[in-house]
Amino acid sequence: MANATALFAALSDPTRRQVFERLEHGPAAVSEIARGLPVSRPAVSQHLKVLKDAGLVIDQPDGARRVYQIDPEGLDALRGWLDRFWDTALDAFKAEVERQSDDEKPETEAKAE
Amino acid sequence: MTQAIKPAPVRKTLTVTANPQKAFEVFTAGFDRWWPRTHSIGASPLKTAVLESGVGGRWYGIGEDGTEDEWGDVLAWDPPTRLVVAWRIGADWKYRADLLTEVEVNFTALADGQTRVDFEHRLLENLGENAEAGRAAFDSPGGWGGLLAGYAEVVSAS
Repeated sequence: MANATALFAALSDPTRRQVFERLEHGPAAVSEIARGLPVSRPAVSQHLKVLKDAGLVIDQPDGARRVYQIDPEGLDALRGWLDRFWDTALDAFKAEVERQSDDEKPETEAKAE
Repeated sequence: MTQAIKPAPVRKTLTVTANPQKAFEVFTAGFDRWWPRTHSIGASPLKTAVLESGVGGRWYGIGEDGTEDEWGDVLAWDPPTRLVVAWRIGADWKYRADLLTEVEVNFTALADGQTRVDFEHRLLENLGENAEAGRAAFDSPGGWGGLLAGYAEVVSAS
């Protein structure tokens, strides 16, 4: 699974983000990704390696070349962090609601139906 | 065919022992009383967390040094049943007015004076766009960075 820090770092570079965004249109080989980008193919390969290490893209051989595509689970690292974050926050919310309800409940109040 | 990344929304359901009015009020007006203090995107530790009432209301934090950090704004305000708030904090933990993720909370009355709270944080695919470095906020010990680092450790270890 992707390391969240690596994930954010990987997307922080503008050129690398461009490489990544190219893959949003579908799988592509290095030569196709490099076309139209102001960087060399070796540079694109290096960016792809960082994206791959961060868990954002996956690659597979296709004959003599290597095809890259977005790992659908890549942003799951961020989603996973938010998932835990909201667990913590909503637990705190529940505790606060019930603390206030307890404070306000008159002792003579009948149980709600 | 475009292969966009669309992470599933984060969904939570919980039941609280209070009526919807109380649950809605605590979630909004009482926001500061439950929001975890570790969750700040500012450079300064979080002192106050605010969720203003009504559509267009601001959602922000105030640091101990007095600086305000925008988080988003209220998109739908239907007390005591529904609330939608824009969360405009990118993957770089910086506020961007043009970034949209939505947090929706629905409050449904149950029997016995309880309320079911259905929570959803959606459009998470937008978090991947235009992430800038944002290392300052990212690395501040009192900010998201600390938690994120903790999360990264957990993820890496799993």
